[in-house]
Amino acid sequence: MISVDDVKKLAVLGRLSLTDEEITKLQGEIESIVAYVDVIQKVPLPETSNTSTHLDLENVMREDENPHEAGKYTEALLVQAPRREGDYVKVKKVLG
Amino acid sequence: MELTDLSVKELGEGYRAKTFSVVDVAKAHLVRIEKENPVLNAYLEVFDDVIAEAERAEKILADKGAGAHLLTGIPIAVKDNILIQGKRVSAASKMLENYVATYDATAITHLKNAGAFFLGRTNMDEFAMGSSTEHSAYGVTKNPHDITRVPGGSSGGSASAVAAHLAPIALGSETCGSIRQPVSLCGLVGLKPTYGEVSRSGLIAMGSSLDQIGPIARTVHDAKLVFDTIRGQDSLDGTTLPNQGETRVSNKRIGVPREFVKDAQPDVRENFEKTLDTLRSKGYEIVDIEFPSAPYGLAAYYIVMPAEVSTNLARLDGVRYGLSYEGKNLLDEYEQSRARGFGAETKRRVMLGAYVLSSGYYDAYYKRATALRSVIAEDLAKAFADVSFIATPTTPGPAFKIGEKSDPVSMYLEDIFAAPANLTGIPAISVPMNMVVRDGVSLPVGVQFMSPKRTESSLFDIARDLIGETL
Repeated sequence: MISVDDVKKLAVLGRLSLTDEEITKLQGEIESIVAYVDVIQKVPLPETSNTSTHLDLENVMREDENPHEAGKYTEALLVQAPRREGDYVKVKKVLG
Repeated sequence: MELTDLSVKELGEGYRAKTFSVVDVAKAHLVRIEKENPVLNAYLEVFDDVIAEAERAEKILADKGAGAHLLTGIPIAVKDNILIQGKRVSAASKMLENYVATYDATAITHLKNAGAFFLGRTNMDEFAMGSSTEHSAYGVTKNPHDITRVPGGSSGGSASAVAAHLAPIALGSETCGSIRQPVSLCGLVGLKPTYGEVSRSGLIAMGSSLDQIGPIARTVHDAKLVFDTIRGQDSLDGTTLPNQGETRVSNKRIGVPREFVKDAQPDVRENFEKTLDTLRSKGYEIVDIEFPSAPYGLAAYYIVMPAEVSTNLARLDGVRYGLSYEGKNLLDEYEQSRARGFGAETKRRVMLGAYVLSSGYYDAYYKRATALRSVIAEDLAKAFADVSFIATPTTPGPAFKIGEKSDPVSMYLEDIFAAPANLTGIPAISVPMNMVVRDGVSLPVGVQFMSPKRTESSLFDIARDLIGETL
């Protein structure tokens, strides 16, 4: 069972502001989706089954060095920021 | 014969014979788009530099002559989640409505290097989440076979554009069925490549362990040509596989998981049997196989994918880029921006992802689903020890009516046959079978073939054999 409180907690985790109407709707929808995916509880899984997804892939590292000269992409990226100050993204204060 | 009716292969031949020019072909597509797109809504934007790009391609053809790449001068439609530097790319979301790509996706770089050019960006379900394009923030795309029906999704705009001859070929992307399902519903050929064949750099991430870019085409030849051009190891995507030559399977044995395919609609199953008969007559051997974990694939997918979605979409916070709503404080700003930027399906999946990853549920859902993924891979390995291909209908049925699947789970079930390939990283191709009739209208539906990792060449072979396409 998914309660209204559960939905509110999930909205906090998902960083979503929801209306009461959305919360009611999501409660029913998430409940029916969870009821559907719950079928996996019935599948017998071997004790030793792998929990790694792509066993044939290996980590790929690059050298620990600067991949490009500083500032090369700054303008291209910052131009998309909603608010900026110089070469910084401007945000509201993080600590209260 | 109109220029928009020609395949990529025929366009290339025409350019080389100087029967028509690249600009002629570009103009023909623009005229057709102007006429058809207001109804179909396949394109969200037609680029303003199409003629200039066609002229540029024309020069490359003139310089290189017969030695030019086979995609030189070929116009391509691109799904709205693949980055083209300097062009808007929105993932069909209000969140990224005015976002401009700061770099080219690697697949786009390959196509540019080949001399291809881009007609525009195509509609899709928001952030590639859906099977109908009804979750686009910019209106539903219509199926050219029946405009009261969906084209499938999430690459529905690309499929609709290619089916309506508004582009000879398109790029789509798959997380679970988002190329194969719309090509099944629109009567086209589509490939979901092996995970790691095509770089994901510049593809707006949805489920990173599942996502792949792939071709949507009217012929097998054209799908292969695009795949061969966009694939390859890429330093910008550490999951791309080392280059190797074409690899083929060893025999012509096709496995059919009977228990799994019984979920398809009766006339689709009938069609599927006829397709198997055709393959038998062309020298393929059909055997029944066990695939006990297959029916659980979709449930595992609806745990793994939302978990990855909730993580991937955390970056869209109203601070860095995209839609921003100035809130009372930083948290309010996040929550208000995301509430305004995301549509209903995106919100559902973000919430579901938070649920399956939350403490207390992680073991029962995410961990178990990941283990199940390995079990599915083991079942496939057992099957592929004997057979070279596994065949199923691509989708349970043909295109459904717009608005018909308002319940989320009924929409999710569209991808029941797609899930095993995405969860395990194997390639799969969908090609058209015979049409089926709904409400007096003939509608296409596809058959899919899966094969072991990195044997795409064999998938193109069997697809060509089935539909009788010669090289």
